[in-house]
Amino acid sequence: MPLNHVVLARSLFGTSLAFHIIFATLGVGIPLLVAVAEITYALTRDSDYAIMAKRWTRGFTVILAVSITTGTIVALQLSLLWPRFMQVVGQVIALPFLIEVFAFFIEAVFMSIYVYAADRIPHKWRILSVSFVAIGAAMSALLITDANSFMNTPRGFRMENGRAVDVHPWLAVFNPALPTQDTHVLISAYMAVPFVLATIAANALVRRNISSREREHHTKALMLTLFLGGFFGILTAISGDLSGKFLAKYQPAKLAVAEGLFHTTKAAPLIIGGWPDASTQQVIGGLRIPGVLSFLATDRFDGVVKGLDTIPKSLWPPLISHELFDTMVGLGTLLILIAVIGWLFKTIRMRKTQYPFPKWYLFIVMLSGIMAIGAIECGWLYAELSRQPWTIYGIMRTAEAVTGAPYVGTMFILFILLYALLTIGTISVLRAYFLRHPLANDIEPGPIRPRKVVWLP
Amino acid sequence: MTDATWAAVLLWTLVFIYAIAGSIDFGSGFWALFYFKRTDVKAAMIASRYLSPLWEVTNVFLVLFAVSLVVLFPHAAFTLGNMLLVPGNLILILLTIRTVFMVYAHTSERFAYPLKFISGITGLLIPALLLTVFPIAQGGFSQRVGDHYILSLSALFSSPATYTYVALGILSELFLSSLFLGDYSRVADDRSAFITYRRQVLWLGPVTIIVAFICLWSISATAPWLRHGLILQGSWFVLSGTLFLLGMAMVLLARKPTDFSYRIGVIAIVLQYLMAMFAYGRAHMPYLVYPIVSIYDSFTNAEMFRAAIMVLIIGIAILFPGFIWFWRLFLENKAYLQKS
Ligand code: HDD
Ligand code: HEM
Ligand code: HEM
Repeated sequence: MPLNHVVLARSLFGTSLAFHIIFATLGVGIPLLVAVAEITYALTRDSDYAIMAKRWTRGFTVILAVSITTGTIVALQLSLLWPRFMQVVGQVIALPFLIEVFAFFIEAVFMSIYVYAADRIPHKWRILSVSFVAIGAAMSALLITDANSFMNTPRGFRMENGRAVDVHPWLAVFNPALPTQDTHVLISAYMAVPFVLATIAANALVRRNISSREREHHTKALMLTLFLGGFFGILTAISGDLSGKFLAKYQPAKLAVAEGLFHTTKAAPLIIGGWPDASTQQVIGGLRIPGVLSFLATDRFDGVVKGLDTIPKSLWPPLISHELFDTMVGLGTLLILIAVIGWLFKTIRMRKTQYPFPKWYLFIVMLSGIMAIGAIECGWLYAELSRQPWTIYGIMRTAEAVTGAPYVGTMFILFILLYALLTIGTISVLRAYFLRHPLANDIEPGPIRPRKVVWLP
Repeated sequence: MTDATWAAVLLWTLVFIYAIAGSIDFGSGFWALFYFKRTDVKAAMIASRYLSPLWEVTNVFLVLFAVSLVVLFPHAAFTLGNMLLVPGNLILILLTIRTVFMVYAHTSERFAYPLKFISGITGLLIPALLLTVFPIAQGGFSQRVGDHYILSLSALFSSPATYTYVALGILSELFLSSLFLGDYSRVADDRSAFITYRRQVLWLGPVTIIVAFICLWSISATAPWLRHGLILQGSWFVLSGTLFLLGMAMVLLARKPTDFSYRIGVIAIVLQYLMAMFAYGRAHMPYLVYPIVSIYDSFTNAEMFRAAIMVLIIGIAILFPGFIWFWRLFLENKAYLQKS
C-alpha cells in the first residue's frame, strides 16, 4: 500500500472522530446538566431552573441528531477503513461495542420519552427519564473508550497466523488502561459541557438591551455552569495526573513524547511549551521546572522517567504530541482559573450587588466553551497520534489495519463537505430557533425578587 | 444446528427487523413530504408524528446489525469492509443528511419544506443503496487483490439484477410504510388519513409483488447457484404468497378505521416478508458472500460467541420494560397521536 493511502484513511477517520467527539461530548454532558437543573427546580421551585432545562433540551435534540448520525458514521467507518483491525475487534474486544448498543437504546428510548412525552408524565418521572438519558450517554462514552484503551493496552489473546487464539473476552474488556482512561474521558466531558453552556449565558449577559429579569436568569445559569465546570475541572486535573502515572508504567513512549523527553532521565524536569527537535534530541525553548516530571510520573522528585531512547526511532510517535499535550493541560488550567475567579467575584461581591460579574470577566467566560472543546480535541489527538505507528499497541500497525479499497481520497472530500454542511446547518438552525423563541417568551414577566441562589456556594 | 448457523439466524433476524423498521421510518419521511402541501394534511401529520420518536430506535438497529456482524463473523466483516468502502460511505452520507435534515425541519419553521424535501428524497435513496448489498453478496462483482477482495463498481452498476433489487427495495419501503401508517391512522381514529394510506396499500402491494417476481427471475438469470437454492425453498415462497393474498384481502375488507381486519392484514404482510426473507436466507446458506465467504470459515471463536450471546440476552432483558413504556407512550397512544 502506498503511504499516502494510509495517510488519507487516517485523515478521513480522524476527521470523522474529531467531528463526532464535539457532539458526543455535548451529548454526554447536556443530559447531566438538564438533570441537575430539573432536580434543582424540584428542590427550590425556582422556575428559572425548569426553563434552563427546557431550553437546553431544545438545543440538545438537534445536537443529539448530529451526535447519533456521526456516531453511526464512525462505527461503520471502523469496518470500512480498518477492516483488518475490526477483524481482531470482532474476535477479541467486541463486547464493549455490543453493550454500547444497549446503552444507545436506553438513551434513545428515554430521550423520546423525555422530549415527546414530557407533558404526559409527572415531574418525578421526567427526572427519572432524563437521568436515564444521562446514564445511557455516559455508558456509551465509557464503553467506546474501553475499546480505545484496549488499543492502548491489548490483553486477553495471542495472534497466530492472522487469527486470535487463546481468547478471553472479559480480560480484554478489563485491560489496564481502562480505569484511568474511562475516568478521564467521562470527567473531562462533564467539565467541558458546563463551560460551553457558560459561554451561552455570558454571551447573553454582555448584551446591552437585556432586561433585568433575563439578567437574573442568565446569572443563575452562569453560576450553575461555572460551579460544575470548576468542580469537574479540578477532578479532571487529578484524573489526568493519574493517566500520566499510568502512561509512565504502561506506555512510557507516549509519556516521553508528550513531555519531549528524549533521554531516560533521573529527576526529569517538566518542560512547558517549547519545540522538540528530533535532530538535536532537545526541546528548543520552553519553561523547565526541575524534577517535576519525575514527581508527576513516579511520585518522587528523583524518580527515573523513561525517554524516547528506550524504543527504536522508527517507532517514535510524531513529536507534535508535545504541543497537543501542553495545549490540553494549559487550557484545562486556564479553565479552572476562570471558574475560581468567578467564585471569588461571587463570594466577594454578592453581598453588595445582585450581579457580581464584571463585563471583562464575562468576555473571558465567552471564550471558555471553545477552550473546553479545544482541550478535548487536543487530548484525543494527542492520545491517538502518540499511539502511532501502532493501531493496536505492539500488535498491529496502522498500515496493516487499513483497507485495500481505492477511492479513500474521494470519500475524504465528500465527508469534509458533509461536515461543513452539518456545521453550518446546525449553527444556523439553532440560532434561528433561539432568535424566534427568545428567553422572554419562556420566563414569567415582571421582576421577581431573587430567590435563594443555590449554585456557586 | 451449529453455533455458526444460530449466529446466521440471529443476524438475519436483525436484517429483517431493520428492513421493516427502516422501511417504515424512511417511507414515513417520504410520505410526510409527499402530503406536505396537499389538502389532506392529516396524512402528512400522521407520518410526522410516527416518525419523530421512531428514527433513533431504527438507527440503533442499524448499528446493532453492523456490530453483530463484526462480533459473530469477524472474517466476513473483514471481506465486506474492504468491498463496501464506496457504497457503505455513500449510504452513511445519505443517512446523515436524511436524519439531520429531518430534525432541522422539526426545529426550523421557516425552512421546513425544503428541509423535509431533502430528507424525504434521501430517505428514498437509502434503501435503494442498501439493497445493492444483496447483489454484491450474490457474488460476481469482486476481484481478488493480494489478500483481500475489492468491489468492481462498474460491473455492479451495469448489471440489471442490481436494479431489480433496488426497485424492490424502494417499492417495499413505500408499501410497508403505507401499510403501517394506515394502521397508525386507525389507532388515531383519523378517517381521511386512513383512507389515503389504505388506497396506497391496495395498489402498491400488487406492484411490489410483480417486481419481486421480476427480481427472482433476474436472480435465476445471473446467479444459478442461488436459483438452485431458491427452488429448494419453494414451499416457503408459496406460504409467503398466500400470506400476501390474505393480507391484501384483509386490507380490502377494512373500510373504516374501526375495522379490526386491517390489523390482521398488517400482521399477515409482516409474516409474508418474514417467510420470504427466511426462504431467501436459507437459499443463500452457507455463503455470506458467494463464493468467497461462508458462515463457517468466517465465524468467531467459541469464547467470544458465548460472551456475546450472554450480553445480548441480558441486554434485551433489561431493555424490554423501557421498550414497552415507549410503545405505550407513542405507538398505541391515541392522546399522543391526536395531539396537534
Ligand atoms: C476538557 C478536556 C481535558 C482537560 C482539561 C484535560 N484533559 Fe487530558 N485528556 C482529555 C481531555 C482533557 C481527553 C479528551 O478526554 C483524553 C484524550 C484521550 C483520552 O483518553 O482522554 C485525554 C488524555 C490524557 C492523557 C492520555 C491518556 C492515554 O492516552 O491513555 C493524559 C496523560 C492526560 N490526558 C493528562 C491530563 C492532565 C495532566 C491534565 C491536567 C489538567 C489534563 N489531561 C486535562
Ligand atoms: C470517546 C469518544 C466518544 C464518546 C464520548 C462518544 C459518545 C457518544 C454519545 C453520547 C452518543 C449519542 C448516543 C445516543 O444518543 O444514542 C454517541 C453516538 C454514537 N457513537 Fe460515539 N462516542 C465516542 C466515540 C465513538 C467512536 C470511536 C465510535 C465508533 C465505534 C462511536 C460510535 C457511536 C455510534 C454508533 C453512535 C450512534 C448511536 C445510535 O445509533 O444511537 N462513538 N457517541
Ligand atoms: C472521539 C474521539 C477520538 C478522536 C478525535 C480520535 C482521533 C483519531 C485520529 C486523529 C486518528 C488518526 C491517527 C493518526 O493519523 O495518527 C485516529 C485513528 C484511529 N482511532 Fe481514534 N479518535 C478518537 C477516539 C477513538 C476511539 C474511542 C476509538 C476506538 C474505538 C478509536 C479508534 C481509532 C482507530 C481504529 C484508528 C485508526 C488506526 C490508527 O490510526 O491507529 N478512536 N483517531
